[in-house]
Amino acid sequence: MYKITFKKRLNEQVVQMEILAPLVAKKAQPGQFIILRVNEEGERIPLTIAGYDREKGTVQVIFQIVGKTTLSLSQKEEGEFISDFAGPLGKPSEIEGVQKAIVVGGGLGTAIAYPYAKALHDNGAEVDMIAGFKTKDLVILEDEMKRACTRLHIMTDDGSYGGSGMVTVRLKELLEEDKEKNSYDLVVAIGPLIMMKFCALTTKEYGVKTVVSLNPIMIDGTGMCGGCRVTVGGETKFACVDGPEFDAHQVDFDEAIRRSAFYKEQETKAYEAHKCRLEEMR
Amino acid sequence: MANMSKTKLPIPEQDPLVRNSNFDEVALGYTEEMAVEEAERCLNCKNKPCEAGCPVNVKIPEFITLIKENDFEGAYKKIKETNSLPAVCGRVCPQETQCEALCVRTKNGESVGIGRLERFAADWYMKNVDEKAEKPTPNGHKVAVIGSGPAGLTCAGDLVQLGYDVTIFEAFHKSGGVLVYGIPEFRLPKAIVQAEIDKLLELGVKLETNVLGGKVITVDELFEQGYEAIFLGTGAGLPMFMNIPGENYNGVYSANEFLTRINLMKAYRGDYDTPIGVFKNVAVVGGGNVAMDSARCAKRLGAENVYIVYRRSEVEMPARLEEVHHAKEEGIIFKILCNPVEILADDRGYVDGIRCIEMELGEPDDSGRRRPVPKEGSEFELEVDCVVMAIGTSPNPIMKDNTPGLEVNRRGCIVADESTGQTSLEGVYAGGDAVTGAATVILAMGAGKDAAKAMDEYIRSKK
Ligand SMILES: Cc1cc2nc3c(=O)[nH]c(=O)nc-3n(C[C@H](O)[C@H](O)[C@H](O)COP(=O)(O)OP(=O)(O)OC[C@H]3O[C@@H](n4cnc5c(N)ncnc54)[C@H](O)[C@@H]3O)c2cc1C
Ligand SMILES: Cc1cc2nc3c(=O)[nH]c(=O)nc-3n(C[C@H](O)[C@H](O)[C@H](O)COP(=O)(O)OP(=O)(O)OC[C@H]3O[C@@H](n4cnc5c(N)ncnc54)[C@H](O)[C@@H]3O)c2cc1C
Ligand code: SF4
Ligand code: SF4
Ligand code: FES
Repeated sequence: MYKITFKKRLNEQVVQMEILAPLVAKKAQPGQFIILRVNEEGERIPLTIAGYDREKGTVQVIFQIVGKTTLSLSQKEEGEFISDFAGPLGKPSEIEGVQKAIVVGGGLGTAIAYPYAKALHDNGAEVDMIAGFKTKDLVILEDEMKRACTRLHIMTDDGSYGGSGMVTVRLKELLEEDKEKNSYDLVVAIGPLIMMKFCALTTKEYGVKTVVSLNPIMIDGTGMCGGCRVTVGGETKFACVDGPEFDAHQVDFDEAIRRSAFYKEQETKAYEAHKCRLEEMR
Repeated sequence: MANMSKTKLPIPEQDPLVRNSNFDEVALGYTEEMAVEEAERCLNCKNKPCEAGCPVNVKIPEFITLIKENDFEGAYKKIKETNSLPAVCGRVCPQETQCEALCVRTKNGESVGIGRLERFAADWYMKNVDEKAEKPTPNGHKVAVIGSGPAGLTCAGDLVQLGYDVTIFEAFHKSGGVLVYGIPEFRLPKAIVQAEIDKLLELGVKLETNVLGGKVITVDELFEQGYEAIFLGTGAGLPMFMNIPGENYNGVYSANEFLTRINLMKAYRGDYDTPIGVFKNVAVVGGGNVAMDSARCAKRLGAENVYIVYRRSEVEMPARLEEVHHAKEEGIIFKILCNPVEILADDRGYVDGIRCIEMELGEPDDSGRRRPVPKEGSEFELEVDCVVMAIGTSPNPIMKDNTPGLEVNRRGCIVADESTGQTSLEGVYAGGDAVTGAATVILAMGAGKDAAKAMDEYIRSKK
């Protein structure tokens, strides 16, 4: 069992948690993820490592409530336990040698992109962070992000806060301004698949190396099921061991989008049923 | 007077048309009377041909004689002398190619039902004897086992008996390896595996789940922490695909994923969260135990038509005879001498068919089996909404990639001495599927045993 040592609601749908898992904390690196199970009947779900404290032995995750498992997790309180917490899994981000970068986060993706920005920044890189949200109320982690980058660009789809429009709008502006100097050596995009796809298309025009962190459906996270397979550069890769980060210009996004929707109907049913049961209990 | 019946006493089974929609065990096991009756068929041969066919040389005529004498506890203990998982082996060993293949009774009829009797003795013991494990005296030495399949469990069991302080590290949240995530409940009830694991824990074995060896903890770190020898029983968990067009469409699974969802995550039960698709027509590609298990699971999940698509003929099928027989009884449709060439999908990318080509058998290949060659122009399509690839697995490279100096062969299998399990690294031993590639439970167990013995000798020689 793994103890929840800290919990904070970042907004209605997004929760931050710290879990006591010394073995994971000891080895964790930016870009890696863990797989957890809330209880015995629970599903194994992957979450990105958003931070870690090797001394305290804790690992931080930030998750969005999208379905049954994330909902059950969000209902656990500080001091309570979850059944399983395995990691670190996947390859760490490659941040060595990066001088100047743009990190793009979309929606909850900002929570996953933020530790990436922080790692680059801590490593001495100049970092522009673009964080996109639907609207002002959904903005999360603003202070944390500010500290983790050189310049923070918040965008809202409806223009209610920061710049107006999608993240790709600002991404394009930054790259356009920098066209002559061509000084960015890396763009990192993390968020919904569709956002990552369009970020990749945008940066391709400018020929800037771009990395995305993919989040296909996973079970084991150790390379034994192949459920997480994605096509990158025409080859089948297992995202849990070969990734989760890949060269954005090589990823077959359309296939990834299709595969990620496979269990949608069943998941929605399970989520609705679970919510109903909770409401009945109230 | 021996029972001279030419056939094995049938083992009571659930009716095929009932069992193909539940996950309860298919074979129900002998009663005491039945076991004695079948045991009477054994001629107690002096030269014990059957024993030579068993990879761990279970003392077959001896334990069967004890059954004849109604000493079921004695029979169990006799088996246990060389086999640490009789309840498992009695159920899943390919007896027809091992112990039973060499039984003299096959010269004129069927062999003695050695597997069934072994299972009977184990089940009887589990039900009737409340064994209190006596903790062995500690010898002050620490050893680690990575992976908790039959190889790792056996190795840990033997070492703890010798007084070692044993810790098993397992990547999954549950121990048992293929016995829990691969082989389905209806063939090997999970409670049996759990009982074996509980016994080890009672003896003092420590189990650390959720620890991926190589990544979370390396071999060098284990040595630094005072473990004196390490056993790698990490299995052959990496699924292979065919590399044909359409393999990434929605509805194509590796058998590992399909079976893990069903067996480990219990997707077939309403009270568990992990989903599995609802399919009408399923094609399972392959002819081994894994293929049979996948097909029979698909049927139990409610599929109307389940096909086994296998490129050789039925005689070459590597699956246990009994499972092929059971699968047929349950209504699985066999498409033998057929090979898939492409998986087809609708415009949303969901599988809606599989295109296959008929095969014929040509000259024997390196494996001695006749090589299947495609018949030109014989392509045809099956309408399916799910395809399960059960064409084999190989060892996961995680251990090798994170253990400098650990030698593996061309197929990614860890190179280890056949009789001791010694790898290219001092103090590091390996066995089971991680060394041989996908094989059998009994061979994995045997390798775990051999390694335990060698590890003990190694540690004692250091003193
Ligand atoms: C490497 C990786 C890192 C991730 N990091 C984060 C993170 O830091 N924060 C966060 O909020 N989310 C993250 N996710 C996504 C997260 O795993 C899913 O939101 C979660 O599994 C949903 O479970 P659920 O039961 O609550 O929802 P469900 O109702 O089960 O599913 C909702 C949606 O989540 C996706 N999903 C479902 N099951 C899985 C699964 N086993 N694996 C992957 N995706 C699944 C599906 O696309 C589904 O449509 C990550 C995913 C991956 C693969
Ligand atoms: C569906 C199916 C049906 C089968 N049917 C039969 C049958 O009827 N009869 C028969 O004799 N054999 C059968 N087999 C084969 C048999 O199950 C295997 O040969 C046997 O389980 C191998 O044992 P093992 O201990 O070497 O490995 P496994 O059983 O594969 O166990 C390996 C364990 O190590 C863990 N692991 C892997 N990597 C790491 C790591 N890096 N760190 C920590 N833990 C790790 C895995 O999670 C797993 O628990 C079947 C196999 C399958 C898949
Ligand atoms: S362990 Fe397997 S091969 Fe050996 S006697 Fe028992 S059933 Fe036969
Ligand atoms: S060969 Fe057959 S009959 Fe002879 S001892 Fe073995 S099991 Fe009995
Ligand atoms: S999650 Fe199973 S192989 Fe990646």
